Amino acid sequence: MSLPSLKQPFVVGAVETSVGLLPRVTSSLTWADHWGTIKARWGVGRMHYTVEPGLYALGDPDGRSPVLVTANYKMSFDRLREKLTGQNVWILVLDTDGINVWCSAGKGTFGSEELIRRIAISGLNRVVNHRELILPQLSGPGVAAHLVKKFSGFKIHYGPIRASDLPAYLDAGLKATPEMRLKTFTLRERVALIPIELVAALKPGLLILLAFFLLGGLGGPAGYWENAVNYGVFAVVAFMTAILTGAVLTPILLPVLPGRAFSFKGFIVGVVSAIVLLVMRSPDLNLWHGRLEGLAWLLLVPSLAAYLAMNFTGASTYTSLSGVKKEMRLALPMEIGAGVAGLGLWLVSRFIA
Amino acid sequence: MGRLIYLKDVVTLNLSEEKCIGCSMCVDVCPRGVIGMNGVGRAWIQDRDACMECGACSRNCPTGAFSVQAGVGCAAAVINTMLGREGSICCGDQGCTIEPCEQTEDKRENSCC
Repeated sequence: MSLPSLKQPFVVGAVETSVGLLPRVTSSLTWADHWGTIKARWGVGRMHYTVEPGLYALGDPDGRSPVLVTANYKMSFDRLREKLTGQNVWILVLDTDGINVWCSAGKGTFGSEELIRRIAISGLNRVVNHRELILPQLSGPGVAAHLVKKFSGFKIHYGPIRASDLPAYLDAGLKATPEMRLKTFTLRERVALIPIELVAALKPGLLILLAFFLLGGLGGPAGYWENAVNYGVFAVVAFMTAILTGAVLTPILLPVLPGRAFSFKGFIVGVVSAIVLLVMRSPDLNLWHGRLEGLAWLLLVPSLAAYLAMNFTGASTYTSLSGVKKEMRLALPMEIGAGVAGLGLWLVSRFIA
Repeated sequence: MGRLIYLKDVVTLNLSEEKCIGCSMCVDVCPRGVIGMNGVGRAWIQDRDACMECGACSRNCPTGAFSVQAGVGCAAAVINTMLGREGSICCGDQGCTIEPCEQTEDKRENSCC
């Protein structure tokens, strides 16, 4: 038997059950909970943002109350309980290494084996007198309902994808509408993913930015620092533009951009960004170094934007592995080729200036 | 906003109709509306290109009527696999975007967050 600690910050009390004291939580989130979500969205402490696995009470549940199953990523737990205002339910938290439902199901940690084990060690079958569980629909890739039934006796109902549909699903007697079963990828959902994409791009990006700035001082007509300010700063601006194009603009504009491949969508916005940049920069096209510098950024900005947009496939909710592999076979060599060529041209433009 | 559809004619999803017992579990778990039930209560693939190969249908089919090379459509994961980066922990600080993803036996080519 393994009961979750009562000393976790979001626990508001305890419920006496036949297996012992179980922690009670509420549907109202505190500022600490909201702050935790913001930090996780920006990648701060995201891999250690967990709740202890096991059985929790929300409201005042009894032996007949429904059992909702979720992952032990604190954000998953919070998104679930905040939608359960006025409900009396049990929440069974699986050990998914602090990963959300969809990702841990894909990985198999939110899986039949863990669910069967958690049912046993949480004492669930002594706390409730029914044998039914409500799982988030997106745990489907990891859990085989028929196997869980066979080995634990618990029948699985796949609930809605979104926790916000849970009250309606419960009221309807565990019936989901077709809309509840479809994963969307709305503007709001895409925007929520931008911070983590940005952080991921900027971490290695900052070193590259510094390198561009310092290389900008080499060659050129004036002294080192004057050149660095002129060419290096523009390089930094152009590089930042490429990151913003691939990791911010492309996710926002995703449905309205032409093409299906993410790298193509990113490439299109990247070309537009590069043209805007060059119009603002207006390099002297009568001189070779100006032409080369312009061409370099026409290659670098779209290729980097395409690469970052391609990486957004992992955050999206509708790409298949077969599709991503097909896209990458064509896109990756072109992105690398254009990136290396652009870098080479830019360096040459620095030394012939 | 229209429905988002990825590349055409790439998915590996297959259904052996003769194995279907009509439990409709696949319809429940599919988050993309790929599967429907026909007039005689058997599953059919109504929107193949919408499939993202998550594997929920095959995992939850009690008779093994579905086959799909399940995995996660994540470019960073594919790159990490190509580079041979593998770790015991799938998702590091940045989740899917830079961290290595594991390979498991059950037809999942790679997986991550």
